[in-house]
Amino acid sequence: MGMKAMDFSLINNPSICFPQNPPKLSSKPRLFPVRCSLNLSSDGAATGLAERPWKVADARLVLEDGSIWRAKSFGASGTQVGEVVFNTSLTGYQEILTDPSYAGQFVLMTNPHIGNTGVNFDDEEARECFLAGLVIRSLSITTSNWRCAQTLGDYLAERNIMGIYDVDTRAITRRLRQDGSLIGVLSTEQSKRDEELLEMSRSWDIVGVDLISGVTCNAPYEWVDKTKPDWDFNSDERDRETYRVVAYDFGIKHNILRRLASYGCKITVVPSTWPAAETLKMNPDGVLFSNGPGDPSAVPYAVETVKEILGKVPVFGICMGHQLLGQALGGKTFKMKFGHHGGNHPVRNLRNGRVEISAQNHNYAVDPASLPEGVEVTHINLNDGSCAGLAYPALNIMSLQYHPEASPGPHDSDGSFKEFIELMKSSKQAA
Amino acid sequence: MSSCRNLSSAISHFSYITNPSLPKSLNFKFFFSSSSHSKTHPKTSFHLRSWPQQRRHYRVATKPVTAQASSTATAEEKAPKLGKRTDLKKIMILGAGPIVIGQACEFDYSGTQACKALREEGYEVVLINSNPATIMTDPDMADRTYVTPMTPELVEQVLEKERPDALLPTMGGQTALNLAVALAESGVLAKYGVELIGAKLDAIKKAEDRELFKQAMKNIGIKTPPSGIGNTLDECIEIANEIGEFPLIIRPAFTLGGTGGGIAYNKEEFEAICKSGLAASLTSQVLVEKSLLGWKEYELEVMRDLADNVVIICSIENIDPMGVHTGDSITVAPAQTLTDKEYQRLRDYSVKIIREIGVECGGSNVQFAVNPVDGEVMVIEMNPRVSRSSALASKATGFPIAKMAAKLSVGYSLDQIPNDITKKTPASFEPSIDYVVTKIPRFAFEKFPGSQPILTTQMKSVGESMALGRTFQESFQKAVRSLECGYSGWGCAKVKELDWDWDQLKYSLRVPSPDRIHAIYAAMKKGMKVDEIYELSFIDKWFLTQLKELVDVEQYILSRSLSELTKDEIYEIKKRGFSDKQIAFATKSSEKEVRDKRISLGITPTYKRVDTCAAEFEANTPYMYSSYDFECESAPTEKKKVLILGGGPNRIGQGIEFDYCCCHTSFALQKAGYETIMMNSNPETVSTDYDTSDRLYFEPLTVEDVLNVIDLERPDGIIVQFGGQTPLKLALPIQHYLDEHQPLCASGVGHVRIWGTSPDSIDAAEDRERFNAILNELKIEQPKGGIAKSEDDALAIATDIGYPVVVRPSYVLGGRAMEIVYSDDKLVTYLENAVEVDPERPVLIDKYLSDAIEIDVDALADSHGNVVIGGIMEHIEQAGVHSGDSACSIPTQTIPSSCLNTIRSWTTKLAKRLNVCGLMNCQYAITASGDVFLLEANPRASRTVPFVSKAIGHPLAKYAALVMSGMSLNDLNFTKEVTPQHVSVKEAVLPFEKFQGCDVLLGPEMRSTGEVMGIDFEFAIAFAKAQIAAGEKLPMSGTVFLSLNDLTKPYLERIAKTFLGLGFRIVSTSGTAHFLELKGIPVERVLKMHEGRPHAGDMVTNGQIQLMVITSSGDALDQIDGKQLRRMALAYKVPIITTVEGALASAEAIKSLKSCTINMIALQDFFETDLETESKDLLSTSSL
Repeated sequence: MGMKAMDFSLINNPSICFPQNPPKLSSKPRLFPVRCSLNLSSDGAATGLAERPWKVADARLVLEDGSIWRAKSFGASGTQVGEVVFNTSLTGYQEILTDPSYAGQFVLMTNPHIGNTGVNFDDEEARECFLAGLVIRSLSITTSNWRCAQTLGDYLAERNIMGIYDVDTRAITRRLRQDGSLIGVLSTEQSKRDEELLEMSRSWDIVGVDLISGVTCNAPYEWVDKTKPDWDFNSDERDRETYRVVAYDFGIKHNILRRLASYGCKITVVPSTWPAAETLKMNPDGVLFSNGPGDPSAVPYAVETVKEILGKVPVFGICMGHQLLGQALGGKTFKMKFGHHGGNHPVRNLRNGRVEISAQNHNYAVDPASLPEGVEVTHINLNDGSCAGLAYPALNIMSLQYHPEASPGPHDSDGSFKEFIELMKSSKQAA
Repeated sequence: MSSCRNLSSAISHFSYITNPSLPKSLNFKFFFSSSSHSKTHPKTSFHLRSWPQQRRHYRVATKPVTAQASSTATAEEKAPKLGKRTDLKKIMILGAGPIVIGQACEFDYSGTQACKALREEGYEVVLINSNPATIMTDPDMADRTYVTPMTPELVEQVLEKERPDALLPTMGGQTALNLAVALAESGVLAKYGVELIGAKLDAIKKAEDRELFKQAMKNIGIKTPPSGIGNTLDECIEIANEIGEFPLIIRPAFTLGGTGGGIAYNKEEFEAICKSGLAASLTSQVLVEKSLLGWKEYELEVMRDLADNVVIICSIENIDPMGVHTGDSITVAPAQTLTDKEYQRLRDYSVKIIREIGVECGGSNVQFAVNPVDGEVMVIEMNPRVSRSSALASKATGFPIAKMAAKLSVGYSLDQIPNDITKKTPASFEPSIDYVVTKIPRFAFEKFPGSQPILTTQMKSVGESMALGRTFQESFQKAVRSLECGYSGWGCAKVKELDWDWDQLKYSLRVPSPDRIHAIYAAMKKGMKVDEIYELSFIDKWFLTQLKELVDVEQYILSRSLSELTKDEIYEIKKRGFSDKQIAFATKSSEKEVRDKRISLGITPTYKRVDTCAAEFEANTPYMYSSYDFECESAPTEKKKVLILGGGPNRIGQGIEFDYCCCHTSFALQKAGYETIMMNSNPETVSTDYDTSDRLYFEPLTVEDVLNVIDLERPDGIIVQFGGQTPLKLALPIQHYLDEHQPLCASGVGHVRIWGTSPDSIDAAEDRERFNAILNELKIEQPKGGIAKSEDDALAIATDIGYPVVVRPSYVLGGRAMEIVYSDDKLVTYLENAVEVDPERPVLIDKYLSDAIEIDVDALADSHGNVVIGGIMEHIEQAGVHSGDSACSIPTQTIPSSCLNTIRSWTTKLAKRLNVCGLMNCQYAITASGDVFLLEANPRASRTVPFVSKAIGHPLAKYAALVMSGMSLNDLNFTKEVTPQHVSVKEAVLPFEKFQGCDVLLGPEMRSTGEVMGIDFEFAIAFAKAQIAAGEKLPMSGTVFLSLNDLTKPYLERIAKTFLGLGFRIVSTSGTAHFLELKGIPVERVLKMHEGRPHAGDMVTNGQIQLMVITSSGDALDQIDGKQLRRMALAYKVPIITTVEGALASAEAIKSLKSCTINMIALQDFFETDLETESKDLLSTSSL
């Protein structure tokens, strides 16, 4: 058995490739992905082997631990390097693909069948895909959903994202669980030797890389929701009053904006580098620091912005925003072994004792012991006891390490948006 | 499914129609009066206690209130104080009673888990369940075990005696829930200070009552299919107008199997169906409901704790869309065709629903219909209890729902319980799975001639297989071959549908049937497009496209020879779940050739673990399934170990009894120091619980899959004699494989071998010619007979031995296609219609012994030549009624000791001659003249092993397992036959209600789905208990309808006089009446159905008949007239007895019921001392 993945007998696949626009991410040694002119999507017949009802392996995933996984490609082709993380969500691959927090990462879905429902407009979480690639067990032959607008393969190909399937995703997940996140190289180029790819993976590092600048918006804009109202929920809890919120886009997921809007907020989204003074000039009722990719320590400027805003208006940090708040308050963040990536993590809300099933996606965490007095840990992850939420009532700060906006994931923590509204309300009344 | 609810809760007595054996208080008036009667006869009642003390009353008043308060106050504000309740000491668990369609051994699984979980927490557990074949009724599973009928009045007796603090009703299916409702509503629970835990009365009613449920859903803004109940045609039309669109479903209340109902596509049809429905309904009520035919169907398994934490354990998608009961649908987990937004909407709804209904803790199941066109969602129903789907979800995810539900019911919150599999993370999470699970139901329509194999909203399947694979294709193919219906997967076979014309194919795509998947295959092979198949079947195109690819792959293999297939290609094929046998079919080679080539290329399955978390955390529980992927996680040990092959999906003739034996084997051998490895494919069972054995392989039971596991594990022993016919059929191929390859045990001591009776001996007992030779040698008599390899053979044999004869195909299970034939004509008809006869498939023809008494014997033999009789059972019904359908008694009641001695000596001789090591079952017939004949011998565990074990107080299956491991019966201290002082009666439970159009007469073909047990110190009372438990309501007075055929007329006088003596009036049709009149017995005449009106049927309808005794002549007229009358009796719940012996025993039972009372006695009270010594024995053996 053990020999299969190590079997390098590669089938010669003469596909004509040419380089495309360089990627937006400006980071250290990186390989530029190229788009293939042939449509190598889900249809095996396109490979020219019409009678054989499956596609022959034409891609490799080389991990920095030296393992080489033969696979079949879909979406774009070329060579790409990134950090491999797994996600255990059973649904919501499209939301995951469009979550900017995955910038620079290969997302491995543990759910074997991906692509079943295609992609559609309402499920987009950002204006484009920022992740480095998608690793799945089985690519859906067809799509089945009344909302489906496009197949996953075509969607990825259009966005120049590489994907591979027919690889033992569980075996890779087990490696990631034991060894922590691994850097990997994905390639459809037969000309590249395994050693070359391995070298490439070993010389690439995500730590300390500012990925946020590649995903944030260029200029401030007002959030206007174009999603069908069908998908709104908890709308009966909406406040009559309107609150003005400035949301820092470190790679913000649209559902954060949708949820805030649903609770009656008027939101201005600003780039990650937007000066704190400008924000305060806008006189918002509250400021939200969004989720985002990578290492919080790589964006010291953002920490400074947060520091300037703290105490002046109520703030809410989510994921990256939470880590930035942690640093701004003087705490430390550290990289976790393999992070949390899934839609089933139990979190205890220490304020009411309830367990919320949450969507999580982060590799870094705040060390609560390093935080100053007065900061309370409000949520803990029950799987490993890590800090999942903080509050500093004196400064009207609240933050969550995970994703109360869900999408994908359960809506159990949606109430935290209401809490933010309450925070703004009480601070407004006090003023 | 769409409409259990529609039937069961629209009008509360519906459930009693669909589940005939479920008790409802209104049906048990008599027993109520009899138990209150008991107070005047204190001398006959056991363990009488005084009335409840005041303190108890006080506790009732306050306890539920505080519990309620804490559960509602949890909401947002304050952290609830939770944890194990210390105010409860003793908890009563209600079981599900006999196995019936719709309520199978999944409730043994849930009840067993509940017993274990609660005892682990230190609670005293009292269990009631009338089904002896369950693990939960093992006397060591609970502190007090009542294998007794489960009527509210009798359960009250137990409550009075045991005084539990709480009652857990959510583990025993609808039976337990209904019983709990009856007990709560009648005030019994309050009277004895018993708190309902798990689900409160209000919640149960809200979920079960259709109107309340609709209202509750309205409150939280969730749509239900529009519907209404009409009593007149005008009302129906009004409802139809309100709903506003066709098609509409019309379901009459109180008819059997939906008679008179249907789907109306237009107004005229609607009026016509409503009219017939109103006429057919006993209460003139029909339910009119918007049809959601073709909508996608989903189920979510929800759990809630007292702190109001809610998690979803599993989502299930039905491949068969709305219109087919979910129990009859092929289902897949997790849901495949929902986006996150759509899934989260269902999740939000489920959470809202469980809160609104008020199931305060435990598991529930919510069913949704989703419109494939626009995603509109409607909720169909909610079960406020552990259900069949919960069992499936537990096995599919590794999350033990029943165990958790039991713990939650005593106060724990989910985050206080560790996840069983990871041990490190808490149970308050939602399992993520990285594989696909497919469940396929198994049916038994062939056993019920006259019934149509059409799947509707009423469940008809008798069992199911489940398979796990990395992809849908893999799991689907594995599930198909797990079914053991003769298919080695989907496709790559010559299926009958391939010969059908387009009309026939299209019909079977449109109308759901058990074979629809094969019709899909045939249609695809013939070139029908996925779109067109969708238009006909509404099966989601995602699934159809997956299947289409399998057909494409098949086409590809067909174009290749085995030698041409490369390693990569075989991998691709195996990854899609194709079995070696399928590849052999497509490449025109043999299964062995495919296997050899595959193994030589190094292509073996890898085993993945089920871990609830998609590999995110380490799992220590070795619960495994095979796949053709890269990494194998099985990590077999080098311990001394045993592989136990289970029984596969339940079917009639092979069910829970065999699973019971497999579990016992595992328990006994674990105790004796072996690592036990279970292999089975049935998700309903205790054996597929991951904590029953040390290791669990959830795999199909085919030669290929078993050999794969043997290769991997290399166990010391393989046990094939406990899982029924399934593993027995594998014994020879396994033996050949072992002989050829001589694999060494992983433990390092010797070779892998099959334990117990050798496959050769098993074959000797099954092969008619070899067996005859042995019997001749031992001078054991058997009925005259012969083996016919042609029609001429058959006629010659029949002439030689004389009619009537019993004919059956060789190698059959459960009396399949067995018939009693009285003439040449009938024999020819049988050979033409029922079976094929040729030299390859001979037919057995035996003399039918009229009026003989049948005896069943279970014996135990060790490898040292010791044989001990486990139990000798006397059947109540005559030989000729399948032993599985016949009631029986231990000890025997009417057999002379000389006959018993013959039986003992023959059984012993035979066991020794066959070198039996383990269990053997023999069936004998004793004629009126006292001659003994051996009918059959099976050197394996039989259906009666659990019953006998419970009757004699010795775990025979455990002993057998230890004997097979090499111990002697002396080591076990089981050296002589046990003759208990009490009488145990087993009664069969039959599913005729589910199969419209089939006759209810008992015959040589087994059709019962389950059994119940009655134990008492007197036969008549034990028999009465068994009858009550089986749902038969013996009347104490009224009118008996007698209609006996000529063969049984000699008994007529005796039967009539007995009933007259009991105060009954007698009604008969002409023939029987004439006979009685000649004897001067008072009888009232009534017309036969075809003679005019008013006839017997009218009397049944009008409630003028309380009991019917009918023995059929089997002639053409009876086929129409008699059958119709019998079906009417069934519909109107009039007890019907079709054998003389049954009638006499029932009369006896009525007599004793009239003179004394029924006492509820715990199993432990019968065996107090025996059990202690037995457990000591087992302890001492474990040290060996």
